[in-house]
Amino acid sequence: MDIIEIIKVSKDSLMSNRVRSFLTMLGVIIGVAAVILLVSIGEGARTYIHRELGNLGTNILIVVPGKTSAKGGFHPPEASTIRKLIYDDALLIKRRSKHVDDAVPVMLGSAMVKYLNQSRDNSIVGSTETYFSIRNLKVDSGRFITGSEVDAKRKVCVLGRTVKKDLFGDKNALGALVSIGDSKYRVVGVMEKKGVTLGIDFDDIVFIPTTAAQELFDTDRLFNITIKVKSANELHEATEEIKQILIKRHAGKEDFTVMSQDEMLGVMNKILNIMTAVLAGIAAISLVVGGIGIMNIMLVSVRERTREIGIRKALGAKNSDILLQFLVESMTLSLIGGTGGILFAGAVSFVIPYFIEFLPTQLELWSIVLAFLFSAAVGIFFGVYPARKASLYDPITALRYE
Amino acid sequence: MISLKDIKKSYILPKVTVEVLKGIDLEVAEKELVAIMGPSGSGKSTLLHIIGCLDRPTSGTYILHELDVSLKTDNELAEIRNREIGFVFQSFNLLPRFPAWKNVELPLLYSGVLAKERKQRAMEMLLKVGLSHRAEHYPNELSGGEQQRAAIARALINEPAIILADEPTGNLDSRSGREIIDIFKGLNKEGVTIVLVTHERDIAEQAARIITIRDGVCQSGCY
Repeated sequence: MDIIEIIKVSKDSLMSNRVRSFLTMLGVIIGVAAVILLVSIGEGARTYIHRELGNLGTNILIVVPGKTSAKGGFHPPEASTIRKLIYDDALLIKRRSKHVDDAVPVMLGSAMVKYLNQSRDNSIVGSTETYFSIRNLKVDSGRFITGSEVDAKRKVCVLGRTVKKDLFGDKNALGALVSIGDSKYRVVGVMEKKGVTLGIDFDDIVFIPTTAAQELFDTDRLFNITIKVKSANELHEATEEIKQILIKRHAGKEDFTVMSQDEMLGVMNKILNIMTAVLAGIAAISLVVGGIGIMNIMLVSVRERTREIGIRKALGAKNSDILLQFLVESMTLSLIGGTGGILFAGAVSFVIPYFIEFLPTQLELWSIVLAFLFSAAVGIFFGVYPARKASLYDPITALRYE
Repeated sequence: MISLKDIKKSYILPKVTVEVLKGIDLEVAEKELVAIMGPSGSGKSTLLHIIGCLDRPTSGTYILHELDVSLKTDNELAEIRNREIGFVFQSFNLLPRFPAWKNVELPLLYSGVLAKERKQRAMEMLLKVGLSHRAEHYPNELSGGEQQRAAIARALINEPAIILADEPTGNLDSRSGREIIDIFKGLNKEGVTIVLVTHERDIAEQAARIITIRDGVCQSGCY
C-alpha cells in the first residue's frame, strides 16, 4: 500500500483532533527535551570544571599535612598533633625528585592591609617566584616576586586586582609602601584580573614571599606544597617519589597527603557522570510515560474508528494495511513530539547561559540522537498493541459497530 | 460463478450456539441479477457476508470462480474482496472525514494504484453514477441517494465481477430507491453479476430471480 497515502491519512486523522494530538505529543516533547537538557547541563558542568582546573595550571601535585584517606579531600585537618610541613620539605623535594620541575612552599593566612587611611582584612598567600607561572597567574603591571627576594626575606608584595582598587583607586600602586600586619611592604606588581575560580577569588589576594610570611604569621607551618611535575605521564612516579622523600624525612611516617589535580578531576568526573546518568534516567522515565500517553490515545482512536476499520477491510484492506496505518499514526505522534523536544531543548540550552552564568550548557549530539531514536522506539513500542488490536478486528463486527 | 453447497454458519455465544445458516445450497450464474428475500433474522445478511468473503462458513463449500474459498488465507480473501467483489451497504458506510472522491478511490489504495490514476478513475466513476459535481463534498453534505450512489461508485471502481448489496434502498425514500435499482439494472446489462438482499417485494421483483430464505434454509429460488 502507498506509504505516502498512509502518512496523509494519519496526518488527516491527527489534524482532526488537534488538541488531543498536541497534548499527546507534549508528553514526548517534555521527555525528549528533559533527556537532552539534563545531559547538556551535565556536560556543561564537566567542561566548566575542566576549564577552571586547567586555569589553575596543569600537572600539579599538592602536598598537605596530615593523612587523609579519601582522595580529593581539599582541606587538611587542623589538629596540631599532626606534623607540619615546613619550608625545607619543599626545598628537599625540589632538590631530590627527578620528576619535579618545582616545589613551592605555600603559606596562607590573613592580615590587615593598610595604605594611608584605607585598610582591609585580606587573605595573604606566601609563595616563591615560580608560583605564578605554575598557577597560570599573570601580572598586569610590575612583576612577580623574584627568587632573590624570597631568599633575602624581602618585604615586597603583589596585589590582587580588587585589593589594589580598594586601596589605591585609580592611582599607581607600584613602588608604594603598604603595611601588612606590623611591617611595611613595597608593592612590586599588580595582578591581572583572574576572577573566581572554583570558589577562590584570586583578585582578593596579596602575595608575599613565603619567607616573609613566616615572619608575618610567626610560624613555619606551611599551608601546602604546590608541585609542578615535568609532564602528565610522570604524575604517578612523581607522587611515589615525593612520598618516599617525605616519609624518610618524617621518621618513616606517612603523615601527609599527596593530591593530584587530575585525581580530583577524576573524582568530580565520576560524580558528574553518575549525576548525569541518574537525571537522564529520570527524564527517560518521563519519556516512557509519554509513550503510555500515546498508547492510551491510540486505543481511544482505534475504538472510535472501529467502523472505519470494518469499511476498509470490506474494501480489501489486509490486516497488515490496518496495522501499518495505526503504527504510522503513533510514530508520527512520537516523532513530531521528539523533534519538538529537540527544538525546545536546543532553545532552552541556548538561553540558560544568559540567565545562569555559572551553568554553561553543551548540547551533545549523542544525546539528541539517542533521545530521538528512543522517542521513535517509544512510538513503535506503544503503538504496536493498539495497531495490532485494530488489525485483528473482525470486519463484520466492526461494520456493525455504532 | 457463485456456488454454495451445504453452507452452515453458527455463532458460539456464551451459553448457546446459534445456527444461523442450516445448510444452504445456492447457485448464481454469471451476469445474473438475483434478489435474496426473507424476514429479519432469517440469515440473509450472513449469507451475503459469506458470499462476499467477509465471513467464513462453519462448514460447507463455497466455490467462487471455480476456486474453493475455504482454502484461501485471510490475505487472499482481502484481495478477493478488493478485486472481485463490490459491496453496497444499507447505511452507505462512507468515511465521514473524506470527500466523495476520496471515498470512491479507497479500494484502489489497497490494490496499489498510484495516486494520480486513483483520482482520475474515481472521477470517472462519479461521472458514471451522475455525481461528478459532488466530488469534493463530504458525506454529510450529500443526500441519502447521493451517498448511496457514491458508495456504488466505490463498489465499482476496481471493476469487480460481482456487486453485493445489503438492503441498498433500506435507508432511502422510494424515489431514490428506484434510482439506485435502475443503476443496478444498468450495471447488470453491462454484465456485472448482482446479488441484492432486500425485504421489499417491489424491489425484489425487479430482479430476474428471487431467492427466499427462512430460518437459515432456502425456501425457493436457490437454483
